[in-house]
Amino acid sequence: MRENTNIFQNIDWLSILLFFTLVLMGWGNIYAAVFNAESNSIIDFSERYGKQLLWIITTVFLAILIILIDGSVYSTLAYPIYLVSMLSLLGVLLFGKEISGARSWFVLGGFSIQPSEFAKFATALALGRFLSTKPRDLTRFKNQLSAFIIIFLPALLIIPQPDPGSALVYAAFILVLYREGLSPAYIFIGFSLAILFILSLLIDPLYLTVALAMLALIIWFITRHAKRFIWRIIIIFGICAAFIQTVDYTFNNLLEDRHRNRINILLGKADDPQGIGYNTNQSMIAIGSGGFSGKGYLQGTQTKFDFVPEQSTDFIFCTVGEEWGFLGSTLLILLFTIFFFRLVFLAERQKSTFARVYGYSVAAILFFHFTINIAMTIGLAPVIGIPLPFFSYGGSSLWGFTILLFIFLKLDAYRWQML
Amino acid sequence: MQRKHLFYFFFIAVGLVFTGRLFHIQVIKDEYKLSARNNVVRQEKIYPGRGLIYDRNGRLLVGNQSAYDLMVVPANVQLEDTLAFAQLLGIPKESVHNRLSRAKSYSPVKPSIFVKQLSRSHYAYLQEQLHNYPGFFPQKRILREYRTKAGANVLGFIGEASPQFIKANPGYAKGDLIGKTGIEKSYEEVLRGKTGTEFKLVDVHNRVKGSFADGVYDTLPQPGYDVHSTLDIELQKYGEALMQNKRGSVVAIEPATGEILCLVSSPSYNPELLVGRERSKNYSKLYLDSIEKPLFDRGLLAEYPPGSPFKVINALIGLQEGTITPNTTYTCHHGFHYGRLHVACHCGTGYPISLRTSISKSCNNYYCNVFKGIIEKYPSSQEGMNVWSRHVKSFNLGRFLNNDLPTGRRGLVPDADYYDRNLGYTGWKAVTTISLGIGQGELLLTPIQMANMTAAIANRGFYYTPHIVKKIGSEPIEDPNFTQPKYTTIDSSHFGVVIEGMFDVFDKGTARWSKHDSIEMCGKTGTAENPHGQDHSIFIAFAPKDDPKIAIAITVENGYWGSRWAAPIASLMMERYLTGEVDRPAMEKRMMEGDLSEEYQKQLQKLYANQLMAEAQEP
Repeated sequence: MRENTNIFQNIDWLSILLFFTLVLMGWGNIYAAVFNAESNSIIDFSERYGKQLLWIITTVFLAILIILIDGSVYSTLAYPIYLVSMLSLLGVLLFGKEISGARSWFVLGGFSIQPSEFAKFATALALGRFLSTKPRDLTRFKNQLSAFIIIFLPALLIIPQPDPGSALVYAAFILVLYREGLSPAYIFIGFSLAILFILSLLIDPLYLTVALAMLALIIWFITRHAKRFIWRIIIIFGICAAFIQTVDYTFNNLLEDRHRNRINILLGKADDPQGIGYNTNQSMIAIGSGGFSGKGYLQGTQTKFDFVPEQSTDFIFCTVGEEWGFLGSTLLILLFTIFFFRLVFLAERQKSTFARVYGYSVAAILFFHFTINIAMTIGLAPVIGIPLPFFSYGGSSLWGFTILLFIFLKLDAYRWQML
Repeated sequence: MQRKHLFYFFFIAVGLVFTGRLFHIQVIKDEYKLSARNNVVRQEKIYPGRGLIYDRNGRLLVGNQSAYDLMVVPANVQLEDTLAFAQLLGIPKESVHNRLSRAKSYSPVKPSIFVKQLSRSHYAYLQEQLHNYPGFFPQKRILREYRTKAGANVLGFIGEASPQFIKANPGYAKGDLIGKTGIEKSYEEVLRGKTGTEFKLVDVHNRVKGSFADGVYDTLPQPGYDVHSTLDIELQKYGEALMQNKRGSVVAIEPATGEILCLVSSPSYNPELLVGRERSKNYSKLYLDSIEKPLFDRGLLAEYPPGSPFKVINALIGLQEGTITPNTTYTCHHGFHYGRLHVACHCGTGYPISLRTSISKSCNNYYCNVFKGIIEKYPSSQEGMNVWSRHVKSFNLGRFLNNDLPTGRRGLVPDADYYDRNLGYTGWKAVTTISLGIGQGELLLTPIQMANMTAAIANRGFYYTPHIVKKIGSEPIEDPNFTQPKYTTIDSSHFGVVIEGMFDVFDKGTARWSKHDSIEMCGKTGTAENPHGQDHSIFIAFAPKDDPKIAIAITVENGYWGSRWAAPIASLMMERYLTGEVDRPAMEKRMMEGDLSEEYQKQLQKLYANQLMAEAQEP
C-alpha cells in the first residue's frame, strides 16, 4: 500500500479538464442563446448567463469541498443519503411548486431546487453500497430484485411529478448491473423489445405478427434437426405476439396525448411542423443551418430570436450546431466520448467494488443524458426533456452532475486507501 | 470479450451515429438553411412615391397619399378575442376567419394582405393595439390622391397588377399597383419609380430585430418621375360642366403643338371613387353601368359618322385635285338628284352658290357634286376613290393616332378595296358612295380624330400628333412623333377660302347664334345621322381665325343638330380658353342646364321596344 497524502496529485486531472471545458463551453453557449445586443454586461444576474456564472463559481467550491471530505464518508453515508433523497422526492410531490405543469421543484427564496437531479448520485451511492457490502451474485433472482428496487424506486417517485424524462434516466443503471454480472439477456431482451415496440407502432400489429410467425417457421426449418428448439421458438413467438398486442393497447390507451404525438412525429407517422413537431423541426433547422463551420459565435439567428424553444436548457445543443456548425458539434461529441471512455477506464481501475459500481453509474448516467438529449435535438429521439450534462442552463442539474462526478473523482484519488 | 467492451461499443456507436446524422443535416442537406432564412428574414417592400401629374399650367392634379395594408403571417397568429379584433378593424367577425383561411391557403408563413388600404387615421388608432395581435403587421402603401374631380378618364386610375400582367412583366410582383387607364397607364414606366426592398430580421413573434446582413441586400426605393400633362384643368372642368347631363365628348387641341387641352368624356365619374377600401365596390358599379358607361372614354373610343364638318375636307380635296375652284358654283334644288338617287338639302338657297357660301350654308347638293367630281376625275371609280381616300387619310383619319394615350380607335375611311369587297368590282361608282361627300355613309371618325382634323385645317395643312404629356420630370418631350409636323396632301394655299367659309358659319351661317363679338371663330356644324336613333349634334371649330390657339371637336349624342348643342358649347369653350372668362351667361346657363336624360330614356325605350318586337317575331 502506498501512502500518498496529497489528494491533488492523485486526482484525475484529465477528467477535471474535460469537466471545466464542457462547463465553460456550456456557459458560452448559454450566453449566446440568451444574448441580445442591447444588454452586454456579462455579469447581469437577471439574465440566465449571469445566474449560470454564479452557479459555475459555486460548483468550484462544491467540487473542492467534495474532494476534501474524507473518502470513506460516501460509502458509510450511502444509505442515509439515499433515504434523504427518496424523502425529498416524496416531499416534492407534496410540497413542491408546480412549474410548467410539473411538480419537480422546491422553491427556497430566489432559488429553486430540483430533487430529482440529486437523486441520481444518491442512487449510484446506494447501488454501490449494496453491491459492495458482500459479494452479490447478480445471476440470482433475489439480488436482481433488490438492485432493481434501489434503481427504480426513485424512478417511480419521479414519474408522478410528472417528469418521464428524468425517470427514464434510471434505466441507465441496467448497464451498470450488466457490468457487475447481470445476464446480457436483460440487455438483449430490452433492445429486442424496444425494436419490437417501434415496429409494432409502425406496422399494423396483424401484419407484424404474421411476419414474425413466418420468421419463426424459417428458424424452425433451419434448426429442425434439433428438436429441443421447437418449444423455445414457440414460446418466444408467443411472448412477442402478446407484446405486440400490449404495445398497441398501451400506446393507444395508456399514454398521454402529448407523448403519443411526440412518438408519432418521430416515427414519421404525423407531420405537423407548426404544431407539436415544432420543437424538433425548429431545432433541426437551427442545427442544419449551421452548415459545416457554423455561423460564428453570437451570429446564430434561430436560437437568438427564440425560434428554438428551451434553447438554453434542453435544446442548448442547437446553439452549438448553429453557431459552430458541423466542426463544433462533432468536437463536442468527441469531447463527451473521450470523457465517457476516461470514466470507464477510471472505473475499471478501482480496487473496491463500491467505487467501481459508482464509477460505472456516473459513466452510464452521463452517457444516457448525452445520448437522449442530442438524439432529441437532431430528430432521432422523441422530445424527452432532460438536460445535456454540464452544458444546459440550470443550477440543480449542474450541481447534481458536479456532485455525481466529483464524488467519483474523490473515490478514484482515494482508491489506494480503500483497500 | 470483457464486459466493459459493451460500453466502448455503445460510446463509439452513438458517437458515429450522431456524427453521421449531423453531417447529413448540416453539410449535405440545404433545406434547413433555407428554412432558417425563411424563419428570420422578412422581406419588406418599400413602395416609392408614384410620379405626380400636373396640368399644363403647373397645377397638381394627381398626388400621393399613404395608406397601410394590414399584413398577416398566419403561422404566427394567436387570436384569442376574434370579436374585439374584428371590431377594431371594422369588419364582421366571420370575415376575420375567412380572411385568415384565405391567407393560410396562400401561405402559412409568408405575409399576405389581411385588410387593404386602411386610411391614415384608422391606422393610427390600430397601431396602438396591434402589439396585442401577433402575426399582424402594417405595410405602407402609396395611394393616389386626386386634387381634381375632373378628367377621370384621361388621368386614369391605378390598380393591383393582375396575375397575367405579372407573368408577362417580370419587374412586377403580387400586390404592386399599376396604371390601368389613361395617363397612369401610358406613362406607367416613368411614373412608377422603383420599389425598394428591405430585408429585416424578425424573431419568433415576428418582431423586427434589425436589418439582415447589415442591409447590404436592401435597395432604396426610387420615386417615379413627375409628369406635366398638356391638359388645361380649368378648361377640362369647364367642359365637363357644360357637358353635364349630356353624353358625348369635347376634345380641344392646341394646333401649334398638338397638345391636348382637354379631353372631356361625358358622363364621367369622380376619380376618388377608385381610391381606398371602397375601390373594388365602386369599380364594379362603374364597370357594370352599361347605360351611362362612365368608364368609356368617348373622346377616344366613340366612332361617329362626322356629318357636315367633313364637307370641309371634301372642299379641300376638290381644290387640290383641281375639280373645283373657289368660284365653282352649283345650284341646289332642295338636294342632289341623280337618276333615282335623291339626297335632300335644307340649305334653302336655290341660286348658284360658291364654295365659301356652300360651307356656311352647309349645302348637301354642293358636296355631292364635289365628291362626284373628285371620283369621276379618274378613268375608274377605283382610282378616284383611292386618291380621295389617300387625301382623307393624310389628316390622320381612318388610322390609329399612335400617340401617348393608352386607347383609341381607327375609325373608318373606306377605299376602293373596301367597296370592291362589299359591292364587287363593278358594283359601285361615285354616286353609289355619294354619302361620303357629306360625311355620312361608311365613314367613321373618333372625336379626337375630328379635333386633330380641325387643327390641321387651322394650321393650313399640317398637324402634330395630339399628345397628352408635354414634360417628363423637367425634360420636355422629344419624341419626333409629337414634335415634328406632319403634312397633309393639301397645299396650304387651298385653305384660305375654306377657312373663310368656316368663319362665315359663325358670322352668318348655321352657327350664327353662337357667334362671339370679338373673337374670330371658324367652325362647321354637323348633324350626324345615327342609325340607332336621334341624330348626334356635332361641331368642329378653331379660333382665332388667323392665329389659331385652339381647335375643338364636340359631339353631343342624340343632340338633334349641330347648332343646337355642339356649336354653343364649342363657342363657350373657346371663349373661356382664349379670354379666361365667359361673358355670355345666358348661353352658358342654357348649356349647363341642358339635360338630355329624357331623350336618352326615350332612346333606351325605343331600343328595348325594338328588341321585344324582334323577339316576338321569332317563331
